[in-house]
Amino acid sequence: MEESKTPLLDQLESGPWPSFVKEMKRAAKKSPMAKDALGQLELSYTEKRVHWKHGGIVGVRGYGGGVIGRYSDAPEQFPEVRDFHTMRVNQPSGWFYNTASLRTLCDIWEKYGSGLTNFHGSTGDVILLGTVTPNLQPAFDALSEAGFDLGGSGSALRTPSACVGPARCEYACIDTLDICNDFTQTFQNELHRPMWPYKFKIKVSGCPNDCVASIARSDMPIIGTWRDTLRIDQAEVKHYANSDLNIRGAVVAKCPTKALSYDATKMELSVQPEECIRCMHCINMMPKAIRPGVEKGATILIGGKAPIVKGAYLSWVLIPFIKMEPPYQELKDLLAKMWDWWDENGKTRERIGELIDRLGMGAFLKAVELKPVSQMVFRPRSNPYYFWSPDEIN
Amino acid sequence: MAIAKTDIGPPDFRQMLPPVITKNYGSWKYHENLKPGVLKHVAESGDAIYTVRVAGSRLVSIDFIRDIADIADKYCGGHLRFTSRHNIEFLVSDAAMVEPLIDELKQKGYLIGGTNNAISNVVHTQGWVHCHSAATDASGIVKSVMDELVPYFTSESLPAKLRISLACCLNMCGAVHCSDLAIVGIHRKPPKVDHERLGKMCEIPTVIASCPTAAIRPNPKEKSVTINEDRCMYCGNCFSVCPALPIADALNDGVAIFVGGKVSNARTAPMFSRLAIPYLPNTPPRWPEVVSAVKNIVEVYAKNAHKGERMGEWIERISWERFFELTGIPFTDKHIDDFTHATTTFRTTPTFKW
Repeated sequence: MEESKTPLLDQLESGPWPSFVKEMKRAAKKSPMAKDALGQLELSYTEKRVHWKHGGIVGVRGYGGGVIGRYSDAPEQFPEVRDFHTMRVNQPSGWFYNTASLRTLCDIWEKYGSGLTNFHGSTGDVILLGTVTPNLQPAFDALSEAGFDLGGSGSALRTPSACVGPARCEYACIDTLDICNDFTQTFQNELHRPMWPYKFKIKVSGCPNDCVASIARSDMPIIGTWRDTLRIDQAEVKHYANSDLNIRGAVVAKCPTKALSYDATKMELSVQPEECIRCMHCINMMPKAIRPGVEKGATILIGGKAPIVKGAYLSWVLIPFIKMEPPYQELKDLLAKMWDWWDENGKTRERIGELIDRLGMGAFLKAVELKPVSQMVFRPRSNPYYFWSPDEIN
Repeated sequence: MAIAKTDIGPPDFRQMLPPVITKNYGSWKYHENLKPGVLKHVAESGDAIYTVRVAGSRLVSIDFIRDIADIADKYCGGHLRFTSRHNIEFLVSDAAMVEPLIDELKQKGYLIGGTNNAISNVVHTQGWVHCHSAATDASGIVKSVMDELVPYFTSESLPAKLRISLACCLNMCGAVHCSDLAIVGIHRKPPKVDHERLGKMCEIPTVIASCPTAAIRPNPKEKSVTINEDRCMYCGNCFSVCPALPIADALNDGVAIFVGGKVSNARTAPMFSRLAIPYLPNTPPRWPEVVSAVKNIVEVYAKNAHKGERMGEWIERISWERFFELTGIPFTDKHIDDFTHATTTFRTTPTFKW
């Protein structure tokens, strides 16, 4: 028997969790590129270091992004991955597919690429992993012909993403899928042609459970919420009361603002509407009995990002409540103002949250013409160092 | 082939939805968690859709995609979706198809689970498979960790949901900074300056501006830069903008573990993950030190947290000093923040636990 060329990686084929090594080997049977990618990964496992070089500038006609250049630092040993570029393909909203479109993507990548993919990348795109420079344009032509387009990369609008939303979730307070699709279509130029200080991400969650982690992972999260009161179905409350759910301990006691009360003899749950902060806990625990209100919209936040460069931020509340109805013009106009201000003032690789931190939330609000409201802060400042403008003093 | 049309955007999701979703779009009434990995959503109309969730490895071949497409054709009228955590969801409109689908999935070795109080699929990055800045591999650690933790994926036995993610460098692609348990590739040595290439390849002002601690100064003599090594905390941001500042170091790169983050707003506001273990070595192919460290934290949490408490909620209730005691993880100088938001983490009260 021939000795294995990947003895370290072979050890990751066993065990119950799905094995990426098996997947790489499947692709390697058909594609010399995938075979050399596997070989180079074995080298990384042996030497405990990466063997990809910094990306070069490669792409397709008319676009400034969507392709991540990647080159091997050991091309003599692994000539098939001398260049091994990634194509980011914009996913349909909510990552819904019919099998015909998935098969089309597979056929295109069998013809032009390594046969390796990520379903999906961290931002949300389908990642077509690895092809040579001359194949980029033909692969893109084929994708376009099949109705697909590239996603964002570099200092551009990155591919927006959205939770499953009204397609299959009763919690959805906004049409996350339509918002994601509509904003993606409206801002194709911003997505495909990097022109800003750095990246900008938009993610859309249907409720405060935030299943796409928008508050941590996007510069502008759109999070569904409601303004009126919870809807409680007392008949269903009684069903829960007769189940093994401890309504008082697991639901009422965990309400962060003590807005719920439970009458155990009547088996009735009530809420003080003005105290509820819409955190979703009681709804998550009793989805058949408790539902969001009917006056639905979104909270818009700003500034979230991972640590590079000046530390991580969770996004900050910008608009406590806005109705979200197509064509979402009010929010699109606000985005244009935010991008203008950021473009004007931001330094290279400065995200909008870092710029707000550097120049002040006050300056930002003025620039985008939003009024300060108390919902924007946990608590007001404790220092006396604030600015007055000339028109406010005598 | 014709020249491609540009800026057409993604396919409209409406073409991708199963008929029962198109019919009941926005009119779902409630859902039930039938068993781990299996959900039933019921619409106002009385229609129902069943979801069967299975684990994926994120890095998959086109033949894998064709396999799941075959399954979706057989049981789901050709419809499926992926979740934000790279799980695969088979969307079943015909109740009679649910159990046969589950049987076939099990028989073929797919893992069904990831719902409710489970460890769902692990969000992770490219690692050595396809990134230039990776301080560790991503897929290999995830595979090794999840081989050990599979029972927590296929059951709902934890106090609350537990979200694990992995980033292979400090760029932290993928909500790692707000995960219940985050595995992060780290460097421990400053980049080496390749003076000869730097002047030719990189814009010096950009390189200087990229450093969050102002550790990079111009070096006019070499037409390059100098790094004040005492100020460098190895973030690799300069390498991201300049290839002539390689930072990877096989002897010193490794993995850190952060805990207690969340993004959901349920009960408590979203929280950052906090440093638990500053460094574990890179030990491919199965990273045994990382696997046992993760397993220890998960097991201590599973044993001690109240029902319904996320990792961070549990730790905040019992206190971090108690967390270090219970997990046996040593508290070190590395745990005390000295970066931008440091002072917000210092204790400003004489009330604490022993």
